[in-house]
Amino acid sequence: MNNTMAPGMKPLMREWTYLTPAEAIGRWLVWLAVVAATVWAVRSIDIIPEFLADAPEQMADLLVRMWPPDAAHYYPHVHAALVETLHIATLGTILSLFLAIPIALMAARNICRIPVLNVTAQLILVSSRSVNSLVWALIFVAVFGPGPAAGTFAIAFRSIGFVGKLLAEALEETSPGPLEALTAAGAPWGSIMLKGVWPQVQPAFWGIALFRWDINVRESAVLGLVGAGGIGVVLDDAINFFQWDRVATVLLAILAVVVIAEIVVTRIRARLI
Amino acid sequence: MSATVAAREAFKPSWTARIGLIAVALYSLYAIGQLDISWARLSVGFGEAGRFLARMVPPNFARWELLLEGMLESLQIAVLSTVLGIIISLPLGLMAARNLAPAWISAPIRGVIAVCRSLHYVIVAILFVKALGFGALAGVAALTVASMGFVAKLFAEAVEEISMKQVEAIRATGAGPGAVLLYGVLPQVASRFIGFSLYQLDSNLRNSTLVGIVGAGGIGGTLFAAFKRFDYDFVCAILLSIIALIFVAELVSGRIRAALR
Repeated sequence: MNNTMAPGMKPLMREWTYLTPAEAIGRWLVWLAVVAATVWAVRSIDIIPEFLADAPEQMADLLVRMWPPDAAHYYPHVHAALVETLHIATLGTILSLFLAIPIALMAARNICRIPVLNVTAQLILVSSRSVNSLVWALIFVAVFGPGPAAGTFAIAFRSIGFVGKLLAEALEETSPGPLEALTAAGAPWGSIMLKGVWPQVQPAFWGIALFRWDINVRESAVLGLVGAGGIGVVLDDAINFFQWDRVATVLLAILAVVVIAEIVVTRIRARLI
Repeated sequence: MSATVAAREAFKPSWTARIGLIAVALYSLYAIGQLDISWARLSVGFGEAGRFLARMVPPNFARWELLLEGMLESLQIAVLSTVLGIIISLPLGLMAARNLAPAWISAPIRGVIAVCRSLHYVIVAILFVKALGFGALAGVAALTVASMGFVAKLFAEAVEEISMKQVEAIRATGAGPGAVLLYGVLPQVASRFIGFSLYQLDSNLRNSTLVGIVGAGGIGGTLFAAFKRFDYDFVCAILLSIIALIFVAELVSGRIRAALR
């Protein structure tokens, strides 16, 4: 009965709301920040109204000039550049794997027990990832001169951070059992790595390598814009001469290669994992 | 005696692995030959690298006004392209989800998303520089296209993984398609969508420092000009600023992601 209720207790008449007041204010603040950032960007960005006004016209003009694509240009110029691009991507990926493995071993806290080396390796990985592949390409063009050598090294140095980070994470997730067993059996360091650690990280390693190769095929297509070889050089030439039908050919070729690379990687991954 | 057999089995040399390694080595030699990479060139290059690094230090922040202007423009490009990209990706992702949209809508939308994703943002930026003229607007347009490709694809995949029970429950109350989306679909994918958007903001920030190389605004133009004029100490200053900006952005978005979880 109701009147037997203790005097201090109120009947359960709470109003249920989706969010607590703190959450509601928090969400409101986030929205405010987003809107404020957008308004700030729109108001202060440098947009020339005349350019915006004739954009549809220019776009239509561009498409008309691109059609039909200059198919005769494909062989041998575009084809050779395309093969060069694939070589840059593949060789760059292989080089980055060789460079990234020792750094990943240094960065993994369960394998390298020296904190100074861990931090150093992390620093190398972060700086490799923070610098974009085009900037790496600019640097290596200054070092090696224009050409695919610069592109290969740019791809490799950019990939070290990505491969090294993911590989170090995979290494840190390995089970310590096999390592301890091999250590107890008196195995040298190389055997511990090869027989205790490598079998555990192998699937992750191939997955990372394939994934990065796919990204590298995409990225190596633009390296030529700064003179680092590959199909980007052909694209840059065609754009500079306003040969838009040739630009269309190059773009279609890049699109085809990127799509094929993605399909190949997906197929291999499905078989590996 | 069984122990010796077991021992031999455990450390049996893997011939497939060895053949694979040899194949990789042979391919590398072939590709090195094709790409005209020679030891002489590399050793000259390493000497040049030393000189290059020596000219980079100390970084020259004397033209900090130019630097700040470029960085702010990059930031604006990143913010605008992310907002626009997200706004476009929301309907695009819903239309590309095969469990919500009929095939004749989802298939072409998926094609559009795949094209957006396949073309590198710098290439898209070149096309937009032609269409929209030099400046930040082309950069915003190019990165919006890149964001559409990424966010819409992941969003569509997230929508395809939702539980249809809640959708059916809302439908059974007699709600229209709008209410079904708002109360049945979006609550299930909202947190992941915010995650993708944050990630895309991060990646747009990185990329907005680059589109300037082809004239699409931001710090990239300043960087490229400094490279061409061999002002390597200013290049070093710009690179350090970009790395600092990306580092801070990564830190902030990491915090936000941790708070959301």
